Amino acid sequence: MEYVKAFLVGGAICAVVQILLDKTKLLPGRVMVILVCTGALLGALGIYEPFAKWAGAGAGVPLTGFGNILFKGVKEAVDKDGFIGIFKGGFTSSAVGISAALIFSYIASWFFNSKMKS
Amino acid sequence: MAENGANGSKMVGKQSIFFKDPPYIVASASIAGKKEGEGPMGSLFDLVQMDPMLGKNTWEEAESELMKEAAQTALQKAGLKNTDIRYLIGGDLLGQLIATSFGIAELEIPILGIYGACSTMGEAMSIGAMLVDGGYADKVMAITSSHFAGAEKQFRFPLDYGNQRPYSASWTVTGSGAVIISKQKNQNSSEPGVIIKGITTGKIVDYGLKDSMNMGAAMAPAAYDTIKQNFQDLGVDPNYYDKIITGDLGYVGKNILIDLLKENNYDISNIHMDCGIEIFNEDDQDTHSGGSGCGCSAITFASYILKQLKERSWKRVLFLPTGALLSQVSFNEGKTVPGIAHAVIVEAE
Repeated sequence: MEYVKAFLVGGAICAVVQILLDKTKLLPGRVMVILVCTGALLGALGIYEPFAKWAGAGAGVPLTGFGNILFKGVKEAVDKDGFIGIFKGGFTSSAVGISAALIFSYIASWFFNSKMKS
Repeated sequence: MAENGANGSKMVGKQSIFFKDPPYIVASASIAGKKEGEGPMGSLFDLVQMDPMLGKNTWEEAESELMKEAAQTALQKAGLKNTDIRYLIGGDLLGQLIATSFGIAELEIPILGIYGACSTMGEAMSIGAMLVDGGYADKVMAITSSHFAGAEKQFRFPLDYGNQRPYSASWTVTGSGAVIISKQKNQNSSEPGVIIKGITTGKIVDYGLKDSMNMGAAMAPAAYDTIKQNFQDLGVDPNYYDKIITGDLGYVGKNILIDLLKENNYDISNIHMDCGIEIFNEDDQDTHSGGSGCGCSAITFASYILKQLKERSWKRVLFLPTGALLSQVSFNEGKTVPGIAHAVIVEAE
């Protein structure tokens, strides 16, 4: 049941993004920024956290989840360190995700080359 | 109809030329990629390269190799050596024309590098014909190339990024086309001669479109402008031509072009052809909006169009490759996509 929920919620978020890509002139980079900002905003409004608890990976894996994590990190750091936490928290909380993306894609580049689309 | 202007001048109207001794197209070469080879014109190309890398390490090197093969094939078909060619006029889509520079370096032919985006073949043939008719060269080669993967990297997103292509986007043709333009007809050939009778050089036309994924719409007004100017300069109407052939307007651009000309009471809907539409099979090949790129019009001309002229199926065509003069920088800075189209009047003797 957990898997089904994650699959449906994650799929629904991706479907919304596909509509944005097909029906608007937004470039992929913009769409990604919109997702991150939406996640951060919903996190700040206290909506994303309960949603993520319910949907699990379906809410955590898409970029909105990354936005939520950024907000969470900043909030925790501000609570602990005060003003300086604004600059610190986002990076601390997202470090694992960003490093993993960089390292694993670099490793993948050792073994795979880009190919022609057909 | 205007033949040569006053006092035997070669200048006709505002933007056109009629050559005094129209130069001959004595040989052509078309090297195509796998997808192009699988298209409706596949059997007409001189060579279809199944390996998109052509055994090289980068897309850019692969494109250079395509161009080298096109130049060598054209020389071979004409029975000429590299030293017989006075000038190469050519270019490609990559920054600073690196496909050309690295591709033809070892041929050791003097070169004029040009950038006309996808209109490059029209521009190269125009300049080449002027050099030959002007007596500055007896044989020149016009050449250009494009490669799908290199162009995606240069103008859109590198393939590694895995971007989705919108439906209005065209598919950059992987291929290189070359023609040899000569003062004299090829004596060894029994085929009817094909001459470049004249040209109409296009100006930049910008209707303010900003979508780099929909370049057919950005280029159609430029094609319209050049065709209309050609009619006015020569004092002719669409009946003068058996075919009017644009480079890579695609399905979207084709309709815009025909509508724009209709507003001026010119109906070309029966004789118009677009290389971008013809080169791929719309139903099977999933290119979205047809083919594009310098190679698109170049290999279509070097194979299909020249064949029709030699067989006299068409007696006179207006060949006008169309280009979108944007760069990655101008696009990122939110500038519009300026269009251009250079027309060449090609006749079967």
